[in-house]
Amino acid sequence: MKPSVFKRWLWVIFMVPAIAGFAADDEITLMSHDSFSASKEVIAQFEELNNVKLRFLKAGDAGSAVNQAILSKNNPMADVFFGVDNTFMSRALEAGIFEPYNSPLLADIYDHLKLDKKNRLLPVDYGDVCLNYDKKWFADKNIAPPGRLEDLIDPVYDSLTVVENPATSSPGLAFMFATIGRFGEDGYLTYWKKMRDSNVLVANGWEEAYWGHFSAASKGNRPIVVSYASSPPVEVLYAKTKLSDAPTAAVVSDQSCFRQVEFTGILKGTSKRKMAEKLVDFLLSKTFQEDIPLQMFVFPANRNANQPDLFVKYAKTAQRPVMLSSEKIAENREKWIEEWTDTVLR
Amino acid sequence: MALPSAFVFARYRFPGKSLLQAFSTVPFVLPTVVVATAFQALLGANGLVNELLMAWFDLSVPPVRLNHTIWFILLAHVFFNYTVVLRIVGGFWSRMQPSLTEAASMLGASPRQVFFRITLPLLRPAILTAGLLVFIFCFSSFGIILILGGPRFATLEVEIYRQAVYIFNLPMAAALSLIQIVFTFLLMWVYTTLQRKATTTLDPESVTHTQKRPVGWKERGFIGINGMIMILLLGFPLGALLIQSFLTEEGISLIFFKALFDNPVQSVFYVPPVKAVTYSVVFALVTLAFALVLGLLAALYLAGKKNRLSLLLDPIFMLPLSTSAVTLGFGFIIALDEPPLNLRTSLLLVPIAHTLVAFPFVVRSLLPALRSMPANLKEAASLLGAAPHKVFLMIDLPIIGRALLVGAVFAFTISLGEFGASVFVARPQTPTMPLAIYRFLSQPGAMNHGQAMAMSSLLMLVTAVGFLSLERFRIKQIGEF
Repeated sequence: MKPSVFKRWLWVIFMVPAIAGFAADDEITLMSHDSFSASKEVIAQFEELNNVKLRFLKAGDAGSAVNQAILSKNNPMADVFFGVDNTFMSRALEAGIFEPYNSPLLADIYDHLKLDKKNRLLPVDYGDVCLNYDKKWFADKNIAPPGRLEDLIDPVYDSLTVVENPATSSPGLAFMFATIGRFGEDGYLTYWKKMRDSNVLVANGWEEAYWGHFSAASKGNRPIVVSYASSPPVEVLYAKTKLSDAPTAAVVSDQSCFRQVEFTGILKGTSKRKMAEKLVDFLLSKTFQEDIPLQMFVFPANRNANQPDLFVKYAKTAQRPVMLSSEKIAENREKWIEEWTDTVLR
Repeated sequence: MALPSAFVFARYRFPGKSLLQAFSTVPFVLPTVVVATAFQALLGANGLVNELLMAWFDLSVPPVRLNHTIWFILLAHVFFNYTVVLRIVGGFWSRMQPSLTEAASMLGASPRQVFFRITLPLLRPAILTAGLLVFIFCFSSFGIILILGGPRFATLEVEIYRQAVYIFNLPMAAALSLIQIVFTFLLMWVYTTLQRKATTTLDPESVTHTQKRPVGWKERGFIGINGMIMILLLGFPLGALLIQSFLTEEGISLIFFKALFDNPVQSVFYVPPVKAVTYSVVFALVTLAFALVLGLLAALYLAGKKNRLSLLLDPIFMLPLSTSAVTLGFGFIIALDEPPLNLRTSLLLVPIAHTLVAFPFVVRSLLPALRSMPANLKEAASLLGAAPHKVFLMIDLPIIGRALLVGAVFAFTISLGEFGASVFVARPQTPTMPLAIYRFLSQPGAMNHGQAMAMSSLLMLVTAVGFLSLERFRIKQIGEF
């Protein structure tokens, strides 16, 4: 290698990170999990209004992102974090990585979603994890689709269900919480024992369950899958040909879904508190909230936000979903997963 | 399974050879979820094979029930790692002089005897290396097991992820990572000690002398059967994938590929396919440069000196291979958070992370070639007045050229296909192709699935093209011996 080339490389190797390390003043960074998304238009609106550049940092799935924010709390990588959900909430709060912020927009947010009384974490959206079924399969076989969690242990539904492993998948974990809410801490294992007897299939992740085994989406042979209440409208949105009706439906009867709430918060140690507040306000504003459904396929937390036609038509939310306190989840998560694994897999 | 192919590729020239070789590299880069769906579409309960068999033999239950069995995992591992053995052993074999085996046959040894007494022992370092790489790769890569094996086959890797992400018990995760690392270290140490004893020097031979056109039906048949096996093993799953990216209910169509260019919901994170390909290729090239330079330096050192330090360093160089992605990802966050090395948000982190994974492959592909190089060649050159750098350029480089190329191909393909660590270090607006594929797969809707398959087909294409151009590059730059 010629010396000049070598020097140039040295320059690249040391200067690029140095430049990248010093963020410009008119820039603000939002850290989130992989599933975060928004329209170009909406983001541009925020940038123009506040004369700032919005940078994004995605850090793996929800759990990994929260953990990375905690690990870097002495020298935060971002100013605002989006995507802590109620299953990881207590961990984030205990680690003390968020500053309280009493946003004026909290007045428009549904009260039942405000789980942190100190407003360190502010609710942005919610979604229900529940059973989805293949409508055509049940119509062809002339079998009634399942309506409640108890139906799955009926012999009629033997070998029809695929669920995700709560140890490796977040919808899997949420569904296990749903059964705990429905049958109680004492009863849920009995339910899962019967699920095992009726040959429930356990996949490790949502992708494998949905694309590998769910009959409506793949060559699989399971017409019932654990997914989201918003999956049917997404099936319509991303269908190959225009559909007049969703090919799948969600079971949202009382106490059969687990509600996941996602929060945003200002990271402790930010040097741009004022701009961070503006960003949080923006995430709670009607503009951003109305953008949420088609970008992230969850429901807006702002009660003034209108939902798109697609969601009005095909998406259902549970009237009475299961909600567990985040302290209870933090306390028992490991024990529950262990018990579940013993009952269903070993 | 790959050994016969290594022989064929090492000893014969035939039409379509480099194409076939390129195509055997492809599985190595494909994301596990994608391969899993391909296998599912092929061998699953409602898969192609079962449907055909059921139609032909009038069966009511699917005869092939591989799902969530150990055989499914094994098959997938063979599918992924075929190319590792093929490249390393084949590269080494093609450099081996035929004179030894010829002499043995002349002295009356049967082909069988020649193979077991001469060829196999000489090949041993390369076979050992390949076997080791495959073993470590299987030991640490959990994706395949996780997806095809189902939750019953949990590995150490899964447990590390669970401890680190779900339970946030980092000390426990770190302890498990250490166990994994120590195990790899011990394995490597045993292997390097063995290998040092096994190494024999060989006079390098030009490929033009060792390779010939197949003669007679026996040789042609052998190559043919080999090709068939490769197609069965590698081609069918890949074919299933390709078909899925083109097939809709109405027949063959390009809608999935067209859809890649649309951004229906106007997301900020939409990445046009051309850009995703560009990012991937640029990252892969940077990785290739980093890994080759580092790998070459490391391999030269290891091959040259035989002291305690190099004995210790050798296994240490292999460690990144067995370190789990979560450990790497969190490790970067913790280690690189202070200036001057605040690289956490730098774009450079992607090739750095990829280099870490590719580096052991480069070292391992170079070592057998370097070790088998007779010292007298270099000494002769020095005696004739060549300066050290000239000796390196004129003697070392041409001889290890082939091995260097193998290393380059590994670095390039590993970077193209890497997913686990990329999740942590890649920036959302510059995703690599595997990340783009996962993005599609993380949402419901037939269109998303189709686009994931289309993107996978593109990834296959890019890999094959990259491979072929690397091969070409070799002939121009280094030339044949």
